[in-house]
Amino acid sequence: MPLIMGMSVLLTCQFLGEVIARGLTLPIPGPVIGMVILLAGLMVRGKVPRSLRLTGEGLLCYLTLLFVPAGVGLMVHFALIGRDLVPILVTLMVSTGLTLAATAWVLDRLNRRRGGQGR
Amino acid sequence: MNLASLDQLWVYLSGNPLLWLLGTLVVFALAVRINKALGGTPLVHPVTLSIAMLIGLLLLADMDYATYFEGAQFIHFLLGPATVALAIPLYDHRERIRRLLVPLLLACLVGIAVAVTSTVGLSLALGARLETVLSLAPRSVTSPIAMGIAEQIGGIPSLAAGLVLLTGSIGCALSPWVFRLLRIEDPAVKGFALGLSAHGFGTAQAFARIGAVAGAFSGLAMGLTGLLTAFLLPLITRLLGLGS
Repeated sequence: MPLIMGMSVLLTCQFLGEVIARGLTLPIPGPVIGMVILLAGLMVRGKVPRSLRLTGEGLLCYLTLLFVPAGVGLMVHFALIGRDLVPILVTLMVSTGLTLAATAWVLDRLNRRRGGQGR
Repeated sequence: MNLASLDQLWVYLSGNPLLWLLGTLVVFALAVRINKALGGTPLVHPVTLSIAMLIGLLLLADMDYATYFEGAQFIHFLLGPATVALAIPLYDHRERIRRLLVPLLLACLVGIAVAVTSTVGLSLALGARLETVLSLAPRSVTSPIAMGIAEQIGGIPSLAAGLVLLTGSIGCALSPWVFRLLRIEDPAVKGFALGLSAHGFGTAQAFARIGAVAGAFSGLAMGLTGLLTAFLLPLITRLLGLGS
């Protein structure tokens, strides 16, 4: 039963998220709102129920597998990617490097200024 | 068994969801093995490898994506509940997050600003098409969120998902060099930067290569970035006058 209970909680949050996103025509995906709803619920409840942890952490363990079906969808866009191949590759390499560096640098600086507290 | 019945068997099986559901799982398991055999190198990520192998198989079998997706959709569906489940690591680390809230939020906003402006700026400057630019824009966010955002701002969801995956593998490959260059040693900082720029791939990498603290902060960065980008990006593209 724990898997069924855990999955029901996750799907309920996702469902509520979808209803809110569609109902209010928000520019935010339903599962993201579902995540906020679950976080609020956990804050109120004060602990993570065992069944939810079992299911949730099980799903997060295999997070990378879940990307595969969507990724195979790249094959549909070979033509579009091919036309923009150079801009796409250059943008991805440069921008990802910049993002990594900027985030790490800012957080490192702010942490040091606080005297390394909270590490 | 004669040849004709084998032929019919293939026609039956190849149109059946079971084949490609099983195929996806087996190929992924194989890709994980290959990655381990190569010493877990971030240059050949199991997901990138699985996608390449599956596309190769589909092209060889002359199968279209719609048929493949009929089977693979059962795996794809789990992305929704998995996104919701990200609330669990966020809840687990709420104390630490509360203490570091201001620096984390600032770093997150800077990271998102750099990611979005450099992506949109570079791709426009290099002459990419508008739909490509809009599918590239949410690329450092975990793919279920990126797909939703791309749809909202007028990009192509499945192209966005593919670009997110490429970003993840590039981020994992670049991170050791970037950290060495900037002399970053704090695992929390490394994890946060990885999760922000390379989402789920970065988080998996942080857990496996750096440690539990890095993994937790990476998961946090991934959730926070997803949430903030989902709110901010539609506004940013509207401000820049791109898309719908």
